[in-house]
Amino acid sequence: MRVDVCEVSWGVAEARIVREVSLDCPVGSFVGLIGPNGSGKSSLLRCIYRILQPDAGIIQLDTEDVWRLTARQAAQRIGVVLQEHSGEFDFSVREMVFMGRTPHKTLFERDSSEDVRMVEHALHQVGMLAFAERSFLTLSGGEKQRVLVARALAQQTRLLVLDEPTNHLDIRYQLEVLDLVRALGVTTIAAMHDLNLAALYCDQLYVLKSGSLVASGPPEEVLTPALIQAVYGVQAEVALHPATGRLHVVFLPRCTEVFR
Amino acid sequence: MTTSRLGFGTLLSGLSLLLLLSVTLAVMIGPVPLAPDLVWRVAFHELAPGLVTPDWEAFQRNIIWELRFPRVLLGGLVGAGLAVIGATMQALVRNPLADPYLLGVSSGASLGAVAVILFGFNWFGIYSLSFAAFLGALLAFSAVYLLALQGGRLTTGRLILAGVAVAYVFGALTNFLIYNADNGEQVKSVIFWMLGGLGGARWDYLGMPALALALGTLYLTVQARSLNALSVGEETAATLGVDTSRFRQQIFALCALLTGTLVAVSGGIGFVGLMLPHMLRFLVGADHRRLLPVAALAGAIFLIWVDVLARTVVAPQELPIGIITALLGAPFFLWLMRRNGDALGRR
Repeated sequence: MRVDVCEVSWGVAEARIVREVSLDCPVGSFVGLIGPNGSGKSSLLRCIYRILQPDAGIIQLDTEDVWRLTARQAAQRIGVVLQEHSGEFDFSVREMVFMGRTPHKTLFERDSSEDVRMVEHALHQVGMLAFAERSFLTLSGGEKQRVLVARALAQQTRLLVLDEPTNHLDIRYQLEVLDLVRALGVTTIAAMHDLNLAALYCDQLYVLKSGSLVASGPPEEVLTPALIQAVYGVQAEVALHPATGRLHVVFLPRCTEVFR
Repeated sequence: MTTSRLGFGTLLSGLSLLLLLSVTLAVMIGPVPLAPDLVWRVAFHELAPGLVTPDWEAFQRNIIWELRFPRVLLGGLVGAGLAVIGATMQALVRNPLADPYLLGVSSGASLGAVAVILFGFNWFGIYSLSFAAFLGALLAFSAVYLLALQGGRLTTGRLILAGVAVAYVFGALTNFLIYNADNGEQVKSVIFWMLGGLGGARWDYLGMPALALALGTLYLTVQARSLNALSVGEETAATLGVDTSRFRQQIFALCALLTGTLVAVSGGIGFVGLMLPHMLRFLVGADHRRLLPVAALAGAIFLIWVDVLARTVVAPQELPIGIITALLGAPFFLWLMRRNGDALGRR
C-alpha cells in the first residue's frame, strides 16, 4: 500500500507539534522517522493511525483519505505496534493476538479455523508460540513487545505503523523483529531511536526536529555528521560498514581525552 | 481458545444446571417447606394449564407462584445484571475497582425512592417507588454524563470524578430527607430499601428488568471483542477498529439504564457488581466473550442464595440483602485473592 502524507500539521492550543510534514512511502517501502524526543514523531504517527486528527493536510492510503474511512476500515488497512502497553486485565498471549482479528470480524461471527491459523502463524513468526497460553501480564517487556508485533501481523494489514518497535527488546530480538517486518514486504512507517538500526533497515529516512521536517532521503544521504550535530546536538562519525554495506554511526563523547 | 472451547461449553451447561437447581431449592426453602416436584408441578400448571392436574392446596400454590417464584427470579435477574454491568464497567474505565454504581446511579435512585417513602407520593400506585427510583437514577446519570462530556467526547477520568461528585450531592440530599423525617418507621423502611432487598417482588415487577437485561446482555456479548480491545487500552482499541468515543457513550448509557432498572426494583445491592467479575476472571480469564455469559449465570446463582440467607437467617425477620452480600462475599474474595496472588491480575 502506498502512503502519502501531505503537509500535515497538528497541535494543541498554540503549540504546533507537527508542522506541515510530508512523507512519501512507496508500496513495500520501509520508512523511518528519526529525531530527538519531542520532535513530533509519535504525534505524526498518531495522525496516520487516526488517534489525532490533523489540523491541516491530508493522509492518503493509495487513493483513500485515512480520515474519511470508518474506524473499522482504517483498522483493516493499518496495523499498529504501540510504544507502551498498559492494562490491568489478565488476557492470555493467544487472546491478545486474537484481538488483531477484531477489525475483520462482524458482530456475530466466531473465530474461524483460518483466524486460528493466522494467529498461530503470527505467534510463530515472533517466536512466541510456546508462550501462547501464558498470561500477557507476566511477560517481560521484550516478550510483550513481540506479542504486540504478532497482533499487528495477525491483523493482516498492508501498512504497518511502528512506534519505537524495538524499545524494550534486547539486541537479538531487535534484529529479529525488524528482519521479520522487512521480510513481510509490507509498507512500513516506523519511528526509530537507534540511528544504526534505522540506517540498516530503512529505505528512506525522514528527520524531524521541533515538528518540522529537516531532511529526507536514503540513510547514506541523510545521516551526515553535520545533520546529526544539527538535530541531536552530538558529534558523530559515519562510515559504510564493510560487512553490511550500510551506513554506520559512531557517536563521539564530548570528553574524548578522558578515555585515552 | 479452540482447546478451551469444549471446556467452556461444559462450564456454561454446568452453571445453567446449577442455576436451575438453585431456583428449585430457593423456592422450596422457607417457613413452609415444599417438595421439589410440587414446585415444578405448580409452575407447569401456571404456564400451561391442563398439563398437570392440580392436587395441591391453594395456599401452597400462592406461596410457590405468587411469593417465592417472583422473588427468586428477581434475585436471579438482579444478580445476573449487576455482575454483567460490573464486568462491563470495569472494562470500560479500565479499572478493576469500578462497579455498577460508579456513575452515581444508585444515589439518584435512592433519592427518588426515599422521596416516595417519606412524602408518600402515590402517582403511579404500587409502581411509584420503582418509578421514582428509576427517575432518580436517570437524573443522576444524565448529570454525570453531561458533566463528563468534554468537546463531545467522554473521558474516563472526568466520568469517574463526575460520578463521585454527583453521588455525594444526591447522597447529601437523601441524608437531609432522612434526617428531617419524623416517622421512625419510615426511616427504617428507607434504610431497608437502601441496603437492598427483594421482598417486594411480584410478577409484574419482573417484565421490565428481564427485558432490559436480556437485550443488554445480548448487546454486550455481541460487542465483546470491542470490550476486550477497550479493556486493553483506548488507543489500542482505536487501532483495532473500535470507534472508541461512540462505543463508550453507548455502553455507558446502556449500563446506566440497566443499573437504574435493577436498582429501582431491588435497592442498592453492593459487592456483586464489584467483586463477582474478579472472581470469575480467575475462572475463565478476561475475554468478555466468556466472562459476560458466565457472569450472568454466576451472578444469578449467587444472589439467589444470598437472598435465601436473607430471608431465613433471622426468620421471620428479614435481613437487608446488601449486608449479607458484603459479609459473605468480602472474606471469600480475600481468600481467593491470597490464593491466587494479586486479584488485579497475577502480576
